[in-house]
Amino acid sequence: MKPPPFEYARPESLDEALRILSEYDGEARVLAGGQSLIPLLNFRLARPQVLVDIALVRELRQLVVELGVLRIGASVTQHTVEHSSEAARWCPLLTKALPLVGHLQNRVRGTVVGSIAHADPAAEMPAVALALDATMVARSATGVREIPAQRFFLGPFTTALKHDEILAEVRFPTSRKTRAAVTEVAPRSGDFAIAGVAGKLVTTRTGKVRDVALALFGVGGSPQRLREVEVRLAGERITGDLLDQVAAVASHTARADSEDVHADAAYRAHVSGELVRRAVGEMAR
Amino acid sequence: MKPVPEPTGRLSVSMSVNGRSIELVVDARRLLADVLREDLGLTGTHIGCEQGVCGACTVLVEGRPVRSCIMLGVQADGCEVTTVEGVTPRDGLSPMQQAFKDHHGLQCGFCTPGFLVTLAGVTPQEYPDEQSIRELLSGNVCRCTGYEGILEAVMAAWGRDR
Repeated sequence: MKPPPFEYARPESLDEALRILSEYDGEARVLAGGQSLIPLLNFRLARPQVLVDIALVRELRQLVVELGVLRIGASVTQHTVEHSSEAARWCPLLTKALPLVGHLQNRVRGTVVGSIAHADPAAEMPAVALALDATMVARSATGVREIPAQRFFLGPFTTALKHDEILAEVRFPTSRKTRAAVTEVAPRSGDFAIAGVAGKLVTTRTGKVRDVALALFGVGGSPQRLREVEVRLAGERITGDLLDQVAAVASHTARADSEDVHADAAYRAHVSGELVRRAVGEMAR
Repeated sequence: MKPVPEPTGRLSVSMSVNGRSIELVVDARRLLADVLREDLGLTGTHIGCEQGVCGACTVLVEGRPVRSCIMLGVQADGCEVTTVEGVTPRDGLSPMQQAFKDHHGLQCGFCTPGFLVTLAGVTPQEYPDEQSIRELLSGNVCRCTGYEGILEAVMAAWGRDR
């Protein structure tokens, strides 16, 4: 179908964008790449009165590493980050996950921050943000809030953002010593994942786990950290036996409540274990 | 791109389409695919799923492939847009089009413009092996060929052995 009628604004400054958002009090939506929002309009699942296109807002275009943090502004496309050497060096999990987001034609327009704000349960970017303990920077006409990823994703397509706020920027902690992996099961390349895991791993010189984080996506209504698996891995040397154990822990502790035509919740829980085995195994190599 | 400081339902848009400067007034809700097909008569851009999945509506915006059914016409303001008409020579076929013909890269032809435009928006160097070409082509759906003919056409046009 075609989108329902709406009004459109393309302000030049963040202040103007925030003013329109607050004036329309929940009836305005932010438009960045539109790769999720415009399909929703075509389906008539969203009927905003106003779209606020942030394409011209200079303050939202930054992609910089500053004080140990990779800062990605709301209008930076997935394609740009995917091919950024800064991102590859400082935040390899992002670089590994981005090729799995939609197809080339989506990534050319879609944004990293928009994908996080959309909070599709099966999307890679929210899980990456959760695994890396990213910080969400929400701006409104009345101020700024910094929200940790752990408190940002509240459910399917639901976040801690308020109607008058823009997710202006996401800050990813950086590290050059981190290894990263993303594994997923999807019907075809570029499809939304049935289940997936995004992880990072830092080992000591002697090969023991110093820092590990694993986040599942597609399994429940929001991305979820596998805390029990992380605790089980901490301080250990990764062996085949340990991988078997953590795979079992992951299957057991995954909160699987997504069910659809592709797979039931039990399959998603089961495959979570196998995906964790592969991801951790890949990072330990 | 011009700023639009206050919300409005109808806007004037200027863009370059296949090298030609275009100015028109469109509804904010009008999809780029409809601007191209209905307003400009460029019907080579096909609309399949109208939800950003099938890739039949792929056009180049600033040289990169995008799905014109999930992009608004007003978002293309100030942009350079290229459609399948723009990647087709005045006479005959481009080498990629000829390769599609030679290798059974199409049957009904509905999806073909999307494939051709996607391929026109990338360089062979970005896709060094067969697997990466398969990944690239996964953004376009074809229900006739089973993709093997399309893959063969791309490999042939790019001078690869298979």
